[in-house]
Amino acid sequence: MIEVKNISKSFGKHTVLKNVSATFEKGKVNFIIGRSGSGKSVLTKCTVGLLEPDDGHVFFDGRNFTTMNRRQRKEIRKEIGMLFQGGALFDSMTVEENVKFPLKMFSDMDEEAMSSRVADCLTRVELDGHGDKYPGELSGGMQKRVGIARAISMNPKYLFCDEPNSGLDPQTAIVIDNLIVDITREYGMTTVVVSHDMNSVIEASDTIHFIHEGEIAFKGDNAEMMVSDSETLNDFIYASKLMRKLRDKSSK
Amino acid sequence: MYLSGVGIIFNIGRYTRFIATVMRKPDKWTIFRRQLIQEMTIIGTDSVGIVALLSVFMGAVMCLQTAHQISGWIPVYTIGFTVRQTMILEFSPTLIPVILAGKVGSNIASQLGTMRVTEQIDALEIMGVNSAGFLVLPKIIAGFICLPALVVMSMGLGLASGAGIALLTGVSSMADFEYGLQVDFVSYDVVYAIIKTTVFALIMTSVSAYHGYFTSGGALEVAKSSTKAVVYSVVIIMLTNLVLTKLLLT
Repeated sequence: MIEVKNISKSFGKHTVLKNVSATFEKGKVNFIIGRSGSGKSVLTKCTVGLLEPDDGHVFFDGRNFTTMNRRQRKEIRKEIGMLFQGGALFDSMTVEENVKFPLKMFSDMDEEAMSSRVADCLTRVELDGHGDKYPGELSGGMQKRVGIARAISMNPKYLFCDEPNSGLDPQTAIVIDNLIVDITREYGMTTVVVSHDMNSVIEASDTIHFIHEGEIAFKGDNAEMMVSDSETLNDFIYASKLMRKLRDKSSK
Repeated sequence: MYLSGVGIIFNIGRYTRFIATVMRKPDKWTIFRRQLIQEMTIIGTDSVGIVALLSVFMGAVMCLQTAHQISGWIPVYTIGFTVRQTMILEFSPTLIPVILAGKVGSNIASQLGTMRVTEQIDALEIMGVNSAGFLVLPKIIAGFICLPALVVMSMGLGLASGAGIALLTGVSSMADFEYGLQVDFVSYDVVYAIIKTTVFALIMTSVSAYHGYFTSGGALEVAKSSTKAVVYSVVIIMLTNLVLTKLLLT
């Protein structure tokens, strides 16, 4: 479980997060949703330590990450996997080398064990036979799947996904959503997904945190979200014509 | 920001912290060794051609220009003497790093800048890797090893091409040129050149890496970082050259 308590973050005079608290549960896909610029990516970066919050604390299974020194943080980070918006694969390495990289850096496995683990991860994301390709030779969806394979190679306890479906067609997006859900259940991970894609939220979320202007404006699950009377949340959910049609259809 | 008083202090402070992070012990020595060899190939081996070409032409031109300027009462061995002093004291140890700051420095800055804007550096940090140390330390060490070697090679080629062109054009006999190379030779000049080169290697690699590592934005900012890396490396090399010359030679 990951707990974020009273996190605030400003850049100069611009306050991005205002006293944000949230709990991301183990074995569940926890979504952070909100409009562009609402502060969801900053919240994620503060949670994983890529940004230092001005105030507040982050706890990974009760361990206060915010007050840890560099060495202690390094140990926690070995338990974190992250899928980045653009994949963030290392261009100079093949798919296999990308997935093997965390193992080479931090595990005591021999070469054979590492290769076997990489093969397992690539099979899990249905990319067998693509190990010798470079990221530039892969489609966006395949790059995301390699990103997932790399993120799970160290058997992480916590998985963070930053806009996992951005730039993907709807069918590939569903494949990625399902993969994230399946892996979360399989590994019993605490998964946090940052997204503004409502299809993805409906498809994959267990819990939802809606951020509006740097504050948590809604916490709940899918069903609660759909009947919420929060105006800002409804504006966000029903921004698209498709969602409005669905709402109108279900209300008839 | 960069050229304002606050900007300069901010950048010096951030650069110092950056170097302190870079200089930490590598996470895994086997991976560090492999990266070091890769960087030595980029900084060293891949630069041999351009350094050789420039040095050969500079030695030859220096020989012809000196021959053109000496007359009557100035001894002919002055040609060899001037070529030697120019190559050892200034051309090889200063101009070669300046030229490499353009070639290697922009490469380093654009590589790290691209890694920053495509979140590859964030990915390393999330894994628990000291990204600055992992990416930059091999470049700095490779610079320390390769740049002095390239500069010594440049000195040798410059002197050899000077001798060659003197013979070919007949501006000096080989005996006069050789005498010029040897007269009043102070071996400390070579030590001075190597010390300068080592300092310039640190400036060239670390300043370029600093600009690339702290890139933010997109492709346009990567290009700007690359330009800044070259400009700042060259300016700092020139300023340091003045200080080191004062400290080491006078």
